[in-house]
Amino acid sequence: MEPVLEVVDLKKWFPGVKANDGVNLTVRAGEVHAILGENGAGKSTLMKVIYGLLEPTAGEIRLFGQPVHFRSPRDAILAGIGMVHQHFMLIPALTVAENVVLGDEPGGVRFDRRQAVQRVRELSERYRLAIDPNAKVGDLTVGLQQRVEILKAFYRKARVLILDEPTALLTPQETRELFNIIRTLKAEGTPVIFISHKLDEVLEISDRVTVMRAGKTVETIDTKGATPQTLANLMVGREVVLRVEKPPAKAGSPALEVRGLRVRSADRHERVKGVDLTVRRGEILGIAGIDGNGQFELADAIAGLLRAEEGQIVLDGRDITHLSPAERTQLGIAYVPQDRQLDGLILAFDLADNVILRDFRRPPFSRRGILNRRAAEAYAKRLIEAFDVRPPDFRRKASELSGGNQQKVILAREVSRDPLVLIAAQPTRGLDVGAIEGVHRQLVRLRNEGKAVLLISLELDEILSLSDRIAVMHDGEIVGVLDGAEATREQLGLMMTGQRAKEGTV
Amino acid sequence: MKALQSILLPVAASLVAIVIGAILVAALGYNPVSVYGSLVSGAFGSLGNLGNTITASLPLIIIGLGIALSFQSGLFNIGADGQYWIGATAAVWVGYHFTSLPGWLHMVLCLLAGMLAGAIWAGIVPGLTKAFVGAHEVITTMMMSYIAILFARYLIEGGPMQQKGYIPQSPLIASNTQFPYFTQGFQQAQLSPISMIIAAIAVLAAWFLLYKTTLGFSLRSVGLNARAAKYAGIRVKLYIVLALALSGLFAGLAGAVQMLGVDHQLLDGFSSNYGYTAIVVALLARNNPLGVIISGLFFGALTTGGQNMQIASNVPASLTNVLEGLIIFFVGCERIIPQVIGWYRRRRSARAQTPAS
Ligand SMILES: Nc1ncnc2c1ncn2[C@@H]1O[C@H](COP(=O)(O)OP(=O)(O)OP(=O)(O)O)[C@@H](O)[C@H]1O
Ligand SMILES: [Mg+2]
Repeated sequence: MEPVLEVVDLKKWFPGVKANDGVNLTVRAGEVHAILGENGAGKSTLMKVIYGLLEPTAGEIRLFGQPVHFRSPRDAILAGIGMVHQHFMLIPALTVAENVVLGDEPGGVRFDRRQAVQRVRELSERYRLAIDPNAKVGDLTVGLQQRVEILKAFYRKARVLILDEPTALLTPQETRELFNIIRTLKAEGTPVIFISHKLDEVLEISDRVTVMRAGKTVETIDTKGATPQTLANLMVGREVVLRVEKPPAKAGSPALEVRGLRVRSADRHERVKGVDLTVRRGEILGIAGIDGNGQFELADAIAGLLRAEEGQIVLDGRDITHLSPAERTQLGIAYVPQDRQLDGLILAFDLADNVILRDFRRPPFSRRGILNRRAAEAYAKRLIEAFDVRPPDFRRKASELSGGNQQKVILAREVSRDPLVLIAAQPTRGLDVGAIEGVHRQLVRLRNEGKAVLLISLELDEILSLSDRIAVMHDGEIVGVLDGAEATREQLGLMMTGQRAKEGTV
Repeated sequence: MKALQSILLPVAASLVAIVIGAILVAALGYNPVSVYGSLVSGAFGSLGNLGNTITASLPLIIIGLGIALSFQSGLFNIGADGQYWIGATAAVWVGYHFTSLPGWLHMVLCLLAGMLAGAIWAGIVPGLTKAFVGAHEVITTMMMSYIAILFARYLIEGGPMQQKGYIPQSPLIASNTQFPYFTQGFQQAQLSPISMIIAAIAVLAAWFLLYKTTLGFSLRSVGLNARAAKYAGIRVKLYIVLALALSGLFAGLAGAVQMLGVDHQLLDGFSSNYGYTAIVVALLARNNPLGVIISGLFFGALTTGGQNMQIASNVPASLTNVLEGLIIFFVGCERIIPQVIGWYRRRRSARAQTPAS
């Protein structure tokens, strides 16, 4: 088969970091080509270079055999490259059709809305991307917004489609729909570059896999015949334990109790509608649920970021319902928030400042209001080493880290605070298998040390493999609590749609 | 490398502005070399001129610190001019009352009154409304600025602070509260070592506060990412109020220093525009307190040099306003400069490649 896109010995160096340092990649017509690699391996950087967002330091990119030099995404788009970023670049106030044609509108001086809608409708039929061209983008779910991004690429006649971690924010159902779209593209002969940390997805959808390590492509293999274990080992360069070893729980006294809690989200919708919950010392309580069922508002409320409209939150026998976030932190609540860039980090701060974000008012990081930078640096150095944050440099700004390493910084900070209760919301989102292994080990370690862990995740596998007990949340209520060892995917799946458990309610 | 770039870019922006200014001057039929020569000699040509430049830059530096602080906290204090005048008014009022106090104590009291007045002016209405009802500080600080100036004008035009007689001006402050001038070197420049020391302390204090204290850490966190700040346990609303109050405190201090060091009384006019120029001073310094010294001196030099330029070469002093505008423009779009450099490099490398292929 004729190669559509070839990357030859590509290098992209940032000051102090060789993000890409010898990348070779061949993408053939009609194939789904997965890129696998640890956090910080250079996957996103490679895609940004191909898409014209970054300029290569050295090397060559060929499209249909012709060398190309893109100076901006505009050049790349004109040459037929389409890319969907992990963070969408849509305008919420505009309709689907308007967003799709934006920048390349039909009609002369006047915008021809009818034609725009017509063209978008044709495209969505051709690629089986069911969507209403007149819907406002702000009202769409994440999965549908992603479709708009894909439509945008094909409206500009993309001949190669790059998807950078497209499934990170999708529900399992949405992921299945995305895969159907990818299969349609494949049947049309359009190659798709697919980046994901989820090995089962890679195995399901891709034809070939290229593995990257430390900025270099190490191998390209056929997906047929590969197993999660072989992929994981290739990627990390060592044997990875995919299952978590967990001694039986020794659950003790309640550490966190939530009683009749009602919470409104920032947009004033009631999202938590009377939740009762107990997390005991020495256990991991998982909260399973489909996104948008109040689980993250529950976490925010426990951490003090959202106000409890009604009900009570009790930490270790003490009512903390009306305490400030700072006071709760001090009493032993650690929180890994679900959105790392929005809540968990100050991107313009360096790592030393970010690791003391929650504790900068306390010795040794400050005394009588005066900061002690040395203490922060020493602490940062320790955490960076213990959690294998890359690059290991506390002077680096958080914004310069890859997504997975940003998450490691947050986790390192929260876990190291020696909390009584750790609330972990999507703690492994966007992490590679090696890093996930590390996070899971940390959560289990806390539990074994007698701490309480409240794990909120949209990944059923994560919930099932870690939780001692599983609470299922639907529409702001807990529909049932199951024993972690006995729960099955099917059972959870049913309960997540609102069906009450018949047995085992605690 | 980044640190160097952050210094070079504002300098480059200023240079571009100066070059375009030269072209403008030439187009108007003057000799740019002699015009700029008179500007430079007016600003630095003699000890007296240098003194005048420093005198003119002190209020810009002190106010600029406060504005830099508010910018770093994510707030745009556009009404520093009013905070400056309210600080000046408070300092003058204290300055001609309590005359039985010892001089140094009286001075300190005047300065404190100025700072307090500025802080209250920015902190109470703009600060509280921003924090609790979300009123935009650009509008509220601006409105409070008009109120401050009109209030000060009323006070000396028939109000309780008018000196006996018909001229709208306040009484002079007690003579032992007036800062002593340099007795040698800067005699004519109305420059006092005390003003310079206060400005230096203000710079160090602002720098220390922003980068070395938990207060500064909190302010910068709120400015960079209010959501993460809240997550970090910082009381965002409190720090919004504090940021504006501190910003006003510096402006008020500048007003007090100006009264004690230069004006000695409130005079009609209130058109110094220090509060607005200081915004550019802060921007040019990239909100770095140490940089504010340099950019403050730069704008001080433009003022005194501009006056000399008018006298020596007949070019209207308002040309310096044009220069100021150009500098604002180029600092504002300094992102263009790296882009132009990148574009040039690419073009060169593209050209280098064409013959090869
Ligand atoms: N603008 C930048 N400045 C400096 N270093 C950068 C910049 N962008 C990325 N890097 C560094 O380049 C390396 C590769 O980053 P990249 O984002 O490509 O990783 P990734 O493979 O996409 O990781 P992840 O799976 O975590 O998303 C990292 O070490 C990162 O810190
Ligand atoms: Mg990435």
